[in-house]
Amino acid sequence: MELIKPNTKIDFMGKRHYAYIFSAVILVLALASIPVKGTIKLGIDFSGGVMIQARFNKPVEIDVIREALKPLSENLTVQKLVGSEEFIVRMEAPEGGSDKLAQEVKQLLDDKIGKGATEIRSLEMVGPKVGKDLQEHAIWATVIALIFLLIYMAFRFTLTMGLGAIACLIHDLAILYGFFTWTGLEFNLTILAAWLTVIGYDVNDTIVVCDRIRENLKTMKKKPLEEIFNISINQTLSRTLLTSGFTLLSVLAFLVFGTTILRDFAWALLVGIVFGTYSSIFVASPLVLELDRFLPVKRG
Amino acid sequence: MMQSLKWRIVLIAVVLAGSFFLVYPSVGPVPELWAKYLPNNPIRLGLDLQGGLYLTLEVQAEQAVEAVVDQTALEAASLMKDERIRYSDVVRTSGTSLSVYLRDPDQEGLFDSKVLDKLTNFKKISSGPSDKGFEIQLQIDPKNVESIKQRAVRQAVDTIRNRVDAFGVAEPDVVIQGEDRIVVQLPGLKEDINRAIDIIKRTARLEFKIVDEKGDLAAAEKGDMPPGDEILYKVDRNPRTGASTRTPYLLKKQILMTGDVLTDARVQPDQHGRLIIAMDFNRAGARQFERITGEHVRERLAIVLDNRVYSAPVIKDRISGGSAIIEGVFSPEEAHDLALVLRAGSLPAPVKIIENRTVGPSLGEDSIRLGRNAIVLGMLFIAIGMAVYYRWSGMVANIALSLNLLLILAVMVSPVLRATLTLPGLAGMALVIGMAIDANILIFERVREELRSGKSARAAMDAGYTKAFLTIIDTHVTNFLAALPLIQFGTGPVKGFAITLCIGLIVSIFTAFFVTRTIFDYVFQVKHIKRLSI
Repeated sequence: MELIKPNTKIDFMGKRHYAYIFSAVILVLALASIPVKGTIKLGIDFSGGVMIQARFNKPVEIDVIREALKPLSENLTVQKLVGSEEFIVRMEAPEGGSDKLAQEVKQLLDDKIGKGATEIRSLEMVGPKVGKDLQEHAIWATVIALIFLLIYMAFRFTLTMGLGAIACLIHDLAILYGFFTWTGLEFNLTILAAWLTVIGYDVNDTIVVCDRIRENLKTMKKKPLEEIFNISINQTLSRTLLTSGFTLLSVLAFLVFGTTILRDFAWALLVGIVFGTYSSIFVASPLVLELDRFLPVKRG
Repeated sequence: MMQSLKWRIVLIAVVLAGSFFLVYPSVGPVPELWAKYLPNNPIRLGLDLQGGLYLTLEVQAEQAVEAVVDQTALEAASLMKDERIRYSDVVRTSGTSLSVYLRDPDQEGLFDSKVLDKLTNFKKISSGPSDKGFEIQLQIDPKNVESIKQRAVRQAVDTIRNRVDAFGVAEPDVVIQGEDRIVVQLPGLKEDINRAIDIIKRTARLEFKIVDEKGDLAAAEKGDMPPGDEILYKVDRNPRTGASTRTPYLLKKQILMTGDVLTDARVQPDQHGRLIIAMDFNRAGARQFERITGEHVRERLAIVLDNRVYSAPVIKDRISGGSAIIEGVFSPEEAHDLALVLRAGSLPAPVKIIENRTVGPSLGEDSIRLGRNAIVLGMLFIAIGMAVYYRWSGMVANIALSLNLLLILAVMVSPVLRATLTLPGLAGMALVIGMAIDANILIFERVREELRSGKSARAAMDAGYTKAFLTIIDTHVTNFLAALPLIQFGTGPVKGFAITLCIGLIVSIFTAFFVTRTIFDYVFQVKHIKRLSI
């Protein structure tokens, strides 16, 4: 079985200007979410606050829960999970500690809905300072990871390829950011892991193409750079599509089984992999080509 | 060539068997003989997968410093009495300083030589007349502040470790995070999480103080506090009505003895059948207690726990033997928990909960079931896809893939690492499976290219592996490098993701180059295959 015929010669580089327009449009659409919807919705991991997951043994209305928990916080949101009597309540961390919060919540719900009807499945309280620290750590870890990546790419390939890979990542993360902001999905520690997974796949794709370019540069010394890039992308096209296809298949499994967090996780991967595949072809290589005038790719 | 193949097969068999032995206890029940002689630890599951309690506590370490300053103020007062230095007051003026007010400025020299010298780690920062008398300001050495704080945090960790040991959780974990934070993890803690939090958090500072019989309690309550005194309350709760009453006690501030000298504390019924806590002191404590009770016969000795008076019995006679009791109206749980925290020791400073993650066991079960199902289904999809696309070679890749999963789990279970599997860890595993599949696809696509260029099956296989090698190393190394800062900076879940990823990347290289290669070599050499099903 063959997905891509062996002698496929798609002129990717020739069409790169269309890709620029496409990328620009997508990025504008993605980032338009900020003026329209505000910044990404941070989960309590990063913003601090309280998140309670509770399940009831009988049907309960959202308003009843909100009413029941009013004494704890005026400002709380209740979300019902699809297909079960399960709810997620989010609120600010109460002033002056919350050691007995689980007890209080259970008491209030018992009073309103009936004794023994409520099961508190999880309760998470993150203080504002901890949230800020987690935010900082996440940003630092990502920045350092990107620096490592740039150094390794510059060392093994060329500086411009490293820059291309980073551009690719920023491109895809911006799209993910827009996707999360538009859909209102929450960004928390688990979703951070999903984004990092996307970064992993992204880098993978870019490196495979760069690797082939490096190899072809040695054997095709006479050919213009643009053609070598085209040949390399075509040669690896089958692999690119197969790998993305297979990973999307396993993401599908997460979508099938996922409740809340796993499903959000799968959505991040889905969007990330689709655009990651696109950007490894249409963002990384064209950028190297454009930069060739200033930072020529060494041959041989 | 045959020789090397044989050894490679043996090595793979050994790795396979070893992994199986490591992973099996996590999957099924272990026979008795196995449990006795072989490693049988199941994989460690994170809190998100098995339920439990995760707390981050912030030690209010500055309060430990304040306590030292308070103690020093009392010490200064008593030294001045001994040296007949007349003073009007000794007060703590900030978290790290105190002021002494002398009645006679000429006694400053005497104060310096007889009192200040004995107050370790305190320095005089200024002196001069003030409206309360001649003021001498003392401050604790800043270097010492840091070491008091650090000691407080370390001591708090030790105490909390002692306390959580009583919960019977398989692998409690109490560690310092940063400067003044303590992370407590109790995976698998199911029952009464609120009670556990109470026990962990309780300062449990036991103090013996003398009731000031001469002081005027009513005047003190209105604000006219005799110097060196304080008011603390006894709280009684009626077990039937639940109503509580507060009784004030006027106590001398000086702490005669603390709970540090306890060797044991246990719950006992008294002659009326009420629960009391019986405490034993160590030898130094017993001597101290004997001296105190001897000096204060016919006075009342208040037993104060966390600034609450529990009882204040009259000392009838000198008490030797080194034991005492705490009375109060306790429920069996309260009494049990109190004895527990007294045995485990007090916290040197109060702690504040700044992060609390409680996961019920049912949610953990759901997460692990969903995660497992998702990974199994995902692998199944991939396996079918590989078999359809690459036929027999795809099957070889599938063997490598299953082995990959087994090896990752084995490395995580292994006694060397004892890594914890978390929900983001499962995500890391999904990423690695993707990477491992990618490695196989890279190899197979290369082999196909070589076949198309007219090479024989054997030669194409060799060339395919060689050419794909560098690419695969590059992709794996970059991912590895990107995961490293996450291990360093990441907290909890993200760290789990990164560790699983790093293990998986190494395993993936092994299966892609060693395992599948060996299978192909075996097929070529032993089965003498001429055409490749790819």
